[in-house]
Amino acid sequence: MENLASLIAGFELALSWHNVAFMIIGVLLGIVVGVLPGLGGPNGVAILLPLTFGMDPTSAIILLSSIYWGALFGGAITSILFNIPGEAWSVATTFDGYPMAVQGRAGEALTAAFTASFIGALAGVVLITFVAPLVAQFALRFGPAEFFAVFLLTFCSFIGMGRENKAKIIVTLALGFLLAAVGMDTISGDLRMTFGVTELMRGFDFLVVVIGLFGVSEILLTVEEGLHFKGKRAGIDLKVVLRTWTALPRYWGTLLRSSLVGMWMGVTPGGAIAASFMGYGLARRFSRNGAKFGKGEMEGVLAPETAAHAAGTSALLPMLALGIPGSATAAVLLGGLMIWGLQPGPLLFVEQKDFVWGLIASMYLGNIAGLIIVLATVPLFAAVMRVPFALVAPIILIICAIGAYTISNSIFDIWLMLIFGIVGYVFKKLDYPLAPLVLALVLGDRAEDAARQALIGSEGDLGVFFSNGLVGTLMVLAFVLLLWSPMIEGLSWLRRRLLASRPSEAHN
Amino acid sequence: MKACVQARILAASLLCSGAVLGASQALAWEPTKPIEVVVPFSAGGASDQMARTIQGIIQKNKLTTQPIIVVNKPAAAGGEAMLDIKDSAGDAHKLITTSSGIFMTPMTTKLGVSWTDFTPLVMMAQDAFGLWVNAKSPYKEPKDLLAAAKDAKPALKVGGTGSKREDQLLVIAMEKASGAKFSYIPYPGGGAASTQLAGEHIAADTNNPSEEIANWRGGATRPLCIFSPKRLPYDAKVVGDQSWGDIPTCREKGLDVSYEMLRGMFMPGKVSPEQRDYYVGLFRKVAATDEWKDYMARNALVPDFREGEAFLEFLKKDELHHKDLLTQAGFLAAN
Repeated sequence: MENLASLIAGFELALSWHNVAFMIIGVLLGIVVGVLPGLGGPNGVAILLPLTFGMDPTSAIILLSSIYWGALFGGAITSILFNIPGEAWSVATTFDGYPMAVQGRAGEALTAAFTASFIGALAGVVLITFVAPLVAQFALRFGPAEFFAVFLLTFCSFIGMGRENKAKIIVTLALGFLLAAVGMDTISGDLRMTFGVTELMRGFDFLVVVIGLFGVSEILLTVEEGLHFKGKRAGIDLKVVLRTWTALPRYWGTLLRSSLVGMWMGVTPGGAIAASFMGYGLARRFSRNGAKFGKGEMEGVLAPETAAHAAGTSALLPMLALGIPGSATAAVLLGGLMIWGLQPGPLLFVEQKDFVWGLIASMYLGNIAGLIIVLATVPLFAAVMRVPFALVAPIILIICAIGAYTISNSIFDIWLMLIFGIVGYVFKKLDYPLAPLVLALVLGDRAEDAARQALIGSEGDLGVFFSNGLVGTLMVLAFVLLLWSPMIEGLSWLRRRLLASRPSEAHN
Repeated sequence: MKACVQARILAASLLCSGAVLGASQALAWEPTKPIEVVVPFSAGGASDQMARTIQGIIQKNKLTTQPIIVVNKPAAAGGEAMLDIKDSAGDAHKLITTSSGIFMTPMTTKLGVSWTDFTPLVMMAQDAFGLWVNAKSPYKEPKDLLAAAKDAKPALKVGGTGSKREDQLLVIAMEKASGAKFSYIPYPGGGAASTQLAGEHIAADTNNPSEEIANWRGGATRPLCIFSPKRLPYDAKVVGDQSWGDIPTCREKGLDVSYEMLRGMFMPGKVSPEQRDYYVGLFRKVAATDEWKDYMARNALVPDFREGEAFLEFLKKDELHHKDLLTQAGFLAAN
């Protein structure tokens, strides 16, 4: 209970007037950063980092981590309203969030997303508060083989849990792997598939592709349908928040599952992106309403948001306890810690008690502040859906273009975004799923690096993927998820045969 | 000025003061818009930390009238950033941080760019490399590790940053010097290598002090030796009663490998001498601050500030040295 006493001291520190002010400023800035695609959490934190050099470390980290919370909340807004994921981890939120908005349930979808974020983040913070050292040690058990197994698990769960045509999932997954391989190869140090083009050296940035595939293609589809305003008018007031909340307890199973998946992926560090996809995939498979997913099911918003935020928050744990950044934003925060003269690592908890517990307390408070602020904005954002599409579409396109440009200040990326917009349009027409491509693009080269690192170490022996209990379990779990549908079908076929053969035996 | 005063002729004095005024205007070039510092590696790494520390020092002490912006361009092991600076010839509001990558990335990737396309400003310091092992490992000295490597099957794993770069060159140099064989495992950064070492997934790594200090202080890893020609000049206690200066050099311990890496600042080519001198003066001021000295001590950087001819000489020698190392390792890109 020593932790609890430290936490209370932390609350006292975080609740001082100026720290609360920093928290609110941070959350607001974060929402802006999260809403603008391309700016993103890591860039937002990096841009504002210099402002904090003159501040004391505790206030500085409270400001920066509040930006992080704000960005986590804000990412959901454009995903739901315009089908444009503001952040990589909100791609899965678009699957059901956007259909809900189209049906005139934007307020409900936003409330669900924000509340789910809050629950997920809270789960992550509780984890950090009570089991930090224990869990931190677990992260150390992940070598290249284990990392590869986690990524494989994510891919397999996506194929196995997907309801689309399996062949089509595999085709788009493969295309994603191909795109992920463009650029510098970490393992060999060579450039691959750049064909001498300078712009291709960067590889395909995930956000450029996502903005094109989801946002631009959606605009194309709407234009094709004759610029009809798709969002139905709905009564928008704060009562929608309460109405949505009364429905939430029904989904406790999904919330719990996604929290667990997210915390695990955040610590390991599989990251918020993988967690959101896994949370969604598992919810679709195991929910009673699974068949309705993709058509505007609230559970389909809750599942990825909870998982993403549980992961995003838990990702700070390895950073604090071990000095390993679990995410890109965490990496920038880590750089910040060192500039303020703090050395992240196992000793941070001992040497900088005030700082660590002040930060943890601010996570609780920052999340509560964030939730209140974003919920208050629900009517405002939902009202955007009332603006005629012909007015909104050009604005969305401009935001998309700015987003694509901001990532690396490159005009080339805007063209790339438009090309991927057309690709996305064609895919949707041909009924190919987009999500596997995105998933493979994000995790493809990391999975490849991990596999090759493991195999260099074992001198080519594949046994390395089954060499201990942890990696073996993960691999087996991956294959179970991959073959889930054939196995279930096989079992029911066997049962039917058994049932069918029994009466015939009786006749003989 | 003295001559002017002595002449006591109004016209001459006017002429003189006019000339002085003109000269001082030409000397005092000042940036007129925000200064962009391009970091050729990702946010959070050692180069990024150095750039952001310098940014912090300049802003805190108000050494420039214009703000400093740090931009990361990590693609192609810094190749993207180098091409960007090459294309920005004449732009006096752009700087780039450099490490040995400035020689090695063009040599191994066939990118058409070289440091001679840029204007060298200053070398802020040199960075050391250590040979690190897990704290629980039985190796007490480099020779224990090398002896174990000779019998190991599969080969012992040594981790480092990236491929065909300084860490891998160090591992190859160790193999040459000792006859042992290692499996070199490339990681995206020193932090990842350090974590993998703490988790006993690799037998050793060749990290910079700044990349390994967290785990050393946390009791997860420890140094066997340092690849610098001399011991590090810091005697403040870091871990228990050990200081950076207490770590023996690898040479002392019979492993004849030494290597250090420059950490410097460049700007694009085709800038005026006044523009160059402005930045050289700026970094001279940065290097003199206490904050910079603290930063150097914290990250165990080797003090070696150079500017002008001294820096140019160093670069020429260092480039040949790296070309040699890469040729021996067979990493030079075929043209």
